[in-house]
Amino acid sequence: MTPAILVQQVHKHFGAVQALSGIDLEVAPGEFFGLLGPNGAGKTTLINILAGLTRADRGSVRVMGHDVIEDYRASRRALGVVPQELVFDPFFSVRETLRIQSGYFGLGKNDAWIDEVMHHLDLTGKADANMRSLSGGMKRRVLVAQALVHKPPVIVLDEPTAGVDVELRQGLWEFVRGLNRDGHTIVLTTHYLDEAEALCARIAMLKQGRIVALDTTSRLVNRRDSLYLKLRLSGAALPQALAARVRDSHDGVHTLRLRSYAEIERALAHVREAGAHIEELELLQPDLEDVFVQIMNPEQGGRGREERSAVSLLSPLAFPKP
Amino acid sequence: MSGFGTLLYKELLRFWKVAFQTIAAPVLTTLLYLLIFSHVMQGQARVYGAVPYTAFLVPGLVMMAVLQNAFANSSSSLIQSKITGNVIFVLLPPLSYWDFFAAYVLASVVRGMVVGVGVLLVSLGFVELSFAHPLWILAFTLCGSAVLGTLGLIAGIWAEKFDQIAAFQGFVIMPLTFLSGVFYSIHSLPVFWQNLSRFNPFFYMIDGFRYGFFGVSDIDPALSLVVAAASLLALTAFTLALLKRGYKLRH
Repeated sequence: MTPAILVQQVHKHFGAVQALSGIDLEVAPGEFFGLLGPNGAGKTTLINILAGLTRADRGSVRVMGHDVIEDYRASRRALGVVPQELVFDPFFSVRETLRIQSGYFGLGKNDAWIDEVMHHLDLTGKADANMRSLSGGMKRRVLVAQALVHKPPVIVLDEPTAGVDVELRQGLWEFVRGLNRDGHTIVLTTHYLDEAEALCARIAMLKQGRIVALDTTSRLVNRRDSLYLKLRLSGAALPQALAARVRDSHDGVHTLRLRSYAEIERALAHVREAGAHIEELELLQPDLEDVFVQIMNPEQGGRGREERSAVSLLSPLAFPKP
Repeated sequence: MSGFGTLLYKELLRFWKVAFQTIAAPVLTTLLYLLIFSHVMQGQARVYGAVPYTAFLVPGLVMMAVLQNAFANSSSSLIQSKITGNVIFVLLPPLSYWDFFAAYVLASVVRGMVVGVGVLLVSLGFVELSFAHPLWILAFTLCGSAVLGTLGLIAGIWAEKFDQIAAFQGFVIMPLTFLSGVFYSIHSLPVFWQNLSRFNPFFYMIDGFRYGFFGVSDIDPALSLVVAAASLLALTAFTLALLKRGYKLRH
């Protein structure tokens, strides 16, 4: 089967900055794929190369089998991109914007589909409003609609929820999930790791222009070989035997890193033998954010942040999370 | 509608929606030139022996308006799109570089002609004009506005801020139009300036355009048309090469 996206040995530099160094990536049709990485990792550069907005120095990129340079007309027809920046044309209304965008793809009589897209994105009431008069969230929806006017099989969303309120985020994800169910391939970049964890079946992590992790979301999350035990003790100090396991310790709360569930019992035995009482106990599972932090900063090893949620793996679909 | 047709439509709609600024204002400015110059120069001079100065001036002003507005249209449209970022709306679809070029330049031609016709129609209320060779008038209008539309496109591709467009306009387009014989016949100039004018392609456009009205000109209109057409071809080839490479548009 032709991959929806095929990236082979793509290199790109801007002046002295090496933005991408040998990216290889394959996304199958119908996948919901996540592209994660810190700012400057090369996510947007990769998307821009995919969209023909940037040209790779070396390597090849295909969308639905069409080379983005040699066969750019076919590859651009197959691709819908929701850009990261909130851009709009102040001369036109929402409907004009969508009609014009549709026309660029050679689709003159496309009003039925445009109406449907506007309906799904709650834009119908603003159809004749000028783009300037819309709120940021509304402008974001128009960008999504613009990416969909030509019914592309592959849809790329570059941080579509940055600076967007909770209600719109939920609505947007529901809509994108629906597109994915209908067979569209979705590629998503986001800074919200809980979103990626909840939505994407497979994830690539980029760092300084290289792919540093590429696997299914569940395997990525489970590949963490550790869990965390948070304890507040009274009566005695933390036993010396556990000192090597401490990741973080303040306000009388100790966070211990354990390798397996079997170690919980041993740790608690040490506490009992030391004569300490347990005031508070919490078991923390690794989530994508831990994996992300571990991969991006191998020396730091993740965890130790107080605000971590203990339940992120137990209810991966319940989001947005606190 | 085709991608090209849509882009052309969008470019036309863009200037039409701000017609006060893009059509009415330039027409008024040009008429003010006409008013002031014809007042100052009244009865002072005749050009080519028989043509009153005011009548001589009108085609020059019309062509100047055509050229300046053709340049303004493509350059300001593209620089605005680049600065606001919405240029990606035309870079993401499967538009070829030919589509892109033709749509921007044709929209400039239309804007130039609309302003030109506006100036001409209002001038006819004050000045008596002959139309000796209408086809020459049309040929020079098309050619001249296409040259300036293409120059505007080059400026829009090259510039990264409004300042640079203004510089291009102020230091290249304005001197070339003002020194092209809009306000005088180059035969009234000292020899040095006469010769220098012959290196200015805008001079041929205005001189040939004027021939269409009076049937007389500083030089043979056929030669002028060849120069204008050759300029257009060279600029077109250059711009298409820029667009094909994606210069400053697709980094």
